[in-house]
Amino acid sequence: MIAELGLAVLWMAAALAVLQLVAGALALRPQGAAMRGVVRPVAVMQGVLVALAFAALITLFITTDLSVKLVAENSHSAKPLIFKIAGTWGNHEGSMLLWVTIMSLAGAFVALVEKRLAENTLLATLAAQAFVSLGFYAFLLLSSNPFARLPQPAPEGAGLNPLLQDIGLAFHPPTLYVGYVGLSIAFSFAVGALITRDVGPAFARAMRPWVLGAWIFLTVGITAGSYWAYYTLGWGGWWFWDPVENASLMPWLAATALLHSVSVLAARNALRAWTVMLGVIAFSMSMVGTFLVRSGILTSVHAFAVDPARGSFILALLAIYIGGALLLFALRAGTVTEGARFAFVSREAALVFNNVMLCGILGIVLVGTLYPLLTEAFGVKVSVGPPYFNPVSAIFAFPMLVVMAVGPLLRWKDDRGGRVAPILAVPALVALAAGGAALAAGVRLLPTLGLALGAGLAVASLLPLRGRNLRRTPLPIWGMVVSHLGLAVAAMGMASESAFSIETLAALSPGETRQVGPYALTLDRIDPVAGPNWTALQATVSARYAGGEADTLTPQARVFANPPGTRTESALKTRWNGQLYVVLGEEAQDGRWQMRFWWKPFVPLIWLGGLLVGLGGFLALIGRVARDVKRLVAIDKIAFRRERQGR
Amino acid sequence: MKRLRFILAAGLALATPLAPLAAQDSLPPAPYAYRQLPDPAQEAKAQALMETLRCLKCQSQSIADSDASMAGDMRNEVRTRIAAGEDPEAIRQWLIERYGDYVSYTPQVKPLTWPLFAAPAVFLGLAALLLRGRFRRARHLRKDKA
Repeated sequence: MIAELGLAVLWMAAALAVLQLVAGALALRPQGAAMRGVVRPVAVMQGVLVALAFAALITLFITTDLSVKLVAENSHSAKPLIFKIAGTWGNHEGSMLLWVTIMSLAGAFVALVEKRLAENTLLATLAAQAFVSLGFYAFLLLSSNPFARLPQPAPEGAGLNPLLQDIGLAFHPPTLYVGYVGLSIAFSFAVGALITRDVGPAFARAMRPWVLGAWIFLTVGITAGSYWAYYTLGWGGWWFWDPVENASLMPWLAATALLHSVSVLAARNALRAWTVMLGVIAFSMSMVGTFLVRSGILTSVHAFAVDPARGSFILALLAIYIGGALLLFALRAGTVTEGARFAFVSREAALVFNNVMLCGILGIVLVGTLYPLLTEAFGVKVSVGPPYFNPVSAIFAFPMLVVMAVGPLLRWKDDRGGRVAPILAVPALVALAAGGAALAAGVRLLPTLGLALGAGLAVASLLPLRGRNLRRTPLPIWGMVVSHLGLAVAAMGMASESAFSIETLAALSPGETRQVGPYALTLDRIDPVAGPNWTALQATVSARYAGGEADTLTPQARVFANPPGTRTESALKTRWNGQLYVVLGEEAQDGRWQMRFWWKPFVPLIWLGGLLVGLGGFLALIGRVARDVKRLVAIDKIAFRRERQGR
Repeated sequence: MKRLRFILAAGLALATPLAPLAAQDSLPPAPYAYRQLPDPAQEAKAQALMETLRCLKCQSQSIADSDASMAGDMRNEVRTRIAAGEDPEAIRQWLIERYGDYVSYTPQVKPLTWPLFAAPAVFLGLAALLLRGRFRRARHLRKDKA
């Protein structure tokens, strides 16, 4: 019953999306005034209905209704509750429903609160949003129905992949999806503004919180995903340039560029066409990411060719939305002027430079990710991995870090290099000292540059605060400082990990000790342990840092039953200056145990930096939204007063 | 999101008689699969090479990052050859001859991959063009003011 209800409300929501699109389009015409009042309520109702459908699916997973195909294939009655709930979106159909849910709720939210935009632009935006949603409704209802029943209820569910039964991963995909979907709203704003030829600061201010919000979620999602890979995969790697990772990185790069250009548009009424273009690119990258992950094309081009239904569907959506948006852009580009001009040395110029560099990195990641698919279509399999991505993206990333240090200190519109040069002497010296020290220690070129630029940028990122009253500094400034500092911190962490990691593989008998960097590690014993739906072998390892007190670490090798699978649980010991990483491997033939140890100096800085970047975004978002709310309240007050006076 | 990789890895491990090495699955791991070379300089060399070789049974993991038995065998092969004094690039070529270009994460320069290596230059050129156009206009602004 619940499944049928869920499907029914999903169809109704899709019908409302059609209404929202048609009413929105009609309302834009001069004679369509009657339709104006319809669009907002319809958008809200559509959001409510989809949320109900999603709630229905969660209910089915919580009660483990095995007559529903999706539940039978992806859940199991003996799973902990939290993973039953997370299992709702741990599969193709559920994750697409989650996508549509977030999208419609976001649309409803825009309809409820957006008051700054010209009414016509808002209507066009909501119509565009409905148009985008419709594609995904069609995808869900026609090729990925999450509520399909089985002819016979299954006796037991097939379970969830053990790798996904991890609290971090349970919330990783939804986080990224919120980011992707936030960019869809930015896309709709861009399309709406193009339709009504209304690309200006008001549009930028309306769009900015969405870009900022999406970007925060993407930042946190990528950071969390990287940490998950780091501790779950059991080999100490934290970024693999895996196509799935790249699929989340590309929207982030585009969103970062968009975030900065939209700020220029809001503050200076410059970069109009460029901002709209980035809005289209950012959502395109979300769709490309979804296509890569959801079509199965990554496992093999041939797997995609054998069962192309879903992949083709997403590809068609991609072509319609991106092609359509680009066509609209081409038609309207003539009417969107670039806006205010600026000089070669100015804050705008620095932002433009880094926008272009971000797009360069984006281009490299896109080409490197798609190239193997291309050659495979011609019958040759090649791999493009870290040896390509690392140095090639560095070509663009390192100049970007330099300009990041300078840009925030420049004035808008026009400035002199001579004015900021003395201010930048300190960070430049710090960078030189760090680079010199690294070179003297025999560090390779890329990590040396990473350490030097990271250290220099860390200092330079704080400089915009100099001479300011810290309590009165606006939150968005704090946000910028914290985000830039975070990126510097992450860069240093990456460089340090690559330059100073120590790896030791050892076969140990209980009682044996091995030295790894500053740590003396003793394998005390191996015990069997059991969890709710797994059993494991657990090693107890005593770790003494520089001869001090012993810390106990307990890495496990877990075996899951439903479905069968294994997973290593690495054990980590974090210190201020690095992280110890211990993995239990298999028993060797002579009864000793394979252990893997890493000492990774300053590696937590990578994720700490990522979180700082996200925190900076959050501060900026709070600052912006608070200001908007204040303004809204003021407008309401004025309107209220006028009404009373008129009476 | 990475589960595909593992499903695939598990599927391949069960289903595919991929290479002669796979036939040794039931045997104990090769000596240098989970053991490092005694000479740190040689081990560093081997590690650097292993990080750029693809584990053929996994999705997007290097042989330095994988528990697959085939990755272990390949690590053993790499370490043994490095210890014997072979040049890392020669080992890479030997593996490419055996398993195809797919095994190397470092793309080999050949006509098929020229576009890949041209990409950074193309993007740099595009970036220069974009920036040049913008700043030329900006220079006009300066002149106007003067």
